[in-house]
Amino acid sequence: MARMKFLCDAERCIECNACVTACKNEHEVPWGINRRRVVTIDDGHHGDEKSISVACMHCSDAPCQAVCPVDCFYTTPEGVVLHDKDICIGCGYCFYACPFGAPQYPQEGAFGARGKMDKCTFCAGGPEEDNSQAELDKYGRNRLAEGKLPLCAEMCSTKALLAGDGDIVADLFRNRVVRRGGRPDNWGWDTAYKEQL
Amino acid sequence: MAVADSLNKRKKMMLWSGIIILLAIVVLPMSGYLVTGFNESQQQSAEPTNPRADTWRQVRRGNEGYTAVTGQEANELIQGSGETWRQVRNGPMATYGSWFLGFVLVAILAFYTMRGQVKLTHPRTGETVERWTLNERRLHWTTAVLFILLTITGLSLLYGRAVLIPLLGYPGFSAYANVAKFMHNTLGPVFMIALFGILIKFFRHNFFNKVDLEWFKAYGGMVGDNHPHAGRMNGGEKVWYWALATAGVALCFSGLVLDFPNFGQEREVIQLAHVIHLTTALMLIAFSFGHIYIGTIGTEGALEGMTTGQVDVAWAEQHHDLWLQEMREKSNNRSSDASD
Repeated sequence: MARMKFLCDAERCIECNACVTACKNEHEVPWGINRRRVVTIDDGHHGDEKSISVACMHCSDAPCQAVCPVDCFYTTPEGVVLHDKDICIGCGYCFYACPFGAPQYPQEGAFGARGKMDKCTFCAGGPEEDNSQAELDKYGRNRLAEGKLPLCAEMCSTKALLAGDGDIVADLFRNRVVRRGGRPDNWGWDTAYKEQL
Repeated sequence: MAVADSLNKRKKMMLWSGIIILLAIVVLPMSGYLVTGFNESQQQSAEPTNPRADTWRQVRRGNEGYTAVTGQEANELIQGSGETWRQVRNGPMATYGSWFLGFVLVAILAFYTMRGQVKLTHPRTGETVERWTLNERRLHWTTAVLFILLTITGLSLLYGRAVLIPLLGYPGFSAYANVAKFMHNTLGPVFMIALFGILIKFFRHNFFNKVDLEWFKAYGGMVGDNHPHAGRMNGGEKVWYWALATAGVALCFSGLVLDFPNFGQEREVIQLAHVIHLTTALMLIAFSFGHIYIGTIGTEGALEGMTTGQVDVAWAEQHHDLWLQEMREKSNNRSSDASD
């Protein structure tokens, strides 16, 4: 079975934030929460500027999963790391452990008390029945169950953000690198998947 | 004429030297630019590092970029310390922590089976003396109850996944953990106030002296049948006090860092606070096992001091003889004052 992965091509990302907007709209993510963000390094330095779109990378050995005190995470057969909001207690541990800053929390109560964690689902919903109303309310759309890939990557105008079967994504990216030259900078892969291209 | 010539020459020299001095005043400080300019040109010539590689090096170092998305540390692409924290928490902290607590419990049990209760060596006299005032007892039991609640809820967050999920199931444990988290976060600051009350109230009784040294040499009367001297607080109680005054205070402050994420403290700070919180908590929980043992089944007649406030004179004579002497002198003075 396919092992789903994200890859952001920093040579192509133009920091348009369409992925961020598409995600927010598709899943009706609540105010104050962004499952995806674009970070620009050396912003304003001509020639050095690089942008990367980042969300949950669905790690192979996910740190969030390891530290969760209530064990609410699970990995699907496609390698997507999902969590059960009915089990989550909003302790914040996954945010402390995550290398990519993916877990987000709605504020619930005084002194920054956290509500149930929300993060990128690779457009694969949650433990509820596929495409049910409950799943939509808690986790957003389940595009994978509809045979589609994550919307952020589908919407990407420069095709900088790639999402899908890790082998296909790697082949696409490798071809690009071969044609344009330079090193393959598949950012985050060594951290998330413990592998280079 | 010769005189006029030499005069003119001198004037000219004065004029030129004046100009040179003025120029030197203006130009010399500028030489700083020469140095920086030189350095800059050198740096520019030493550029052949790959700018793209520099970008990725920056990212790996956790340098901050710019992002349009608001959120805590959203402009940081990658943070490496989270994995370290995970390894430390799930590895040595959780593993050795459980061994440590288990070892202390087993050691206490072994000690109890071998030594048994420290009995009163003289029969009860029936005469009692006040050991803890009502306010001291209130303070003690408030702190004690909060400590036990925080211990149970805190250990549930650390070990519940391994121990309680198999018993309660995922939804069951989640429901409990939700309450446990709320209780831990709410009662923590209350415990802090109670603990600080105790630390202030008993501060002046807890300085170590020579009597304590002898007390430790005699194992506090726990081993064998000799009764070392002790004032109001014995050496063991003083150690417990200073454990609370150091590890306990660190426990409280690291807890505050974890309890109030609304101040936006960074993840590295939170991870460090969490490790400190775990270490000090495990130490004090182990210590409290000993404290509870000695205060209840370990010593005959000790618990009633903290429940009723009164202890038998025979108990006081055996465990806190110097304090009893002091109390007697005081009451003698008072009664002799009254008879005068």
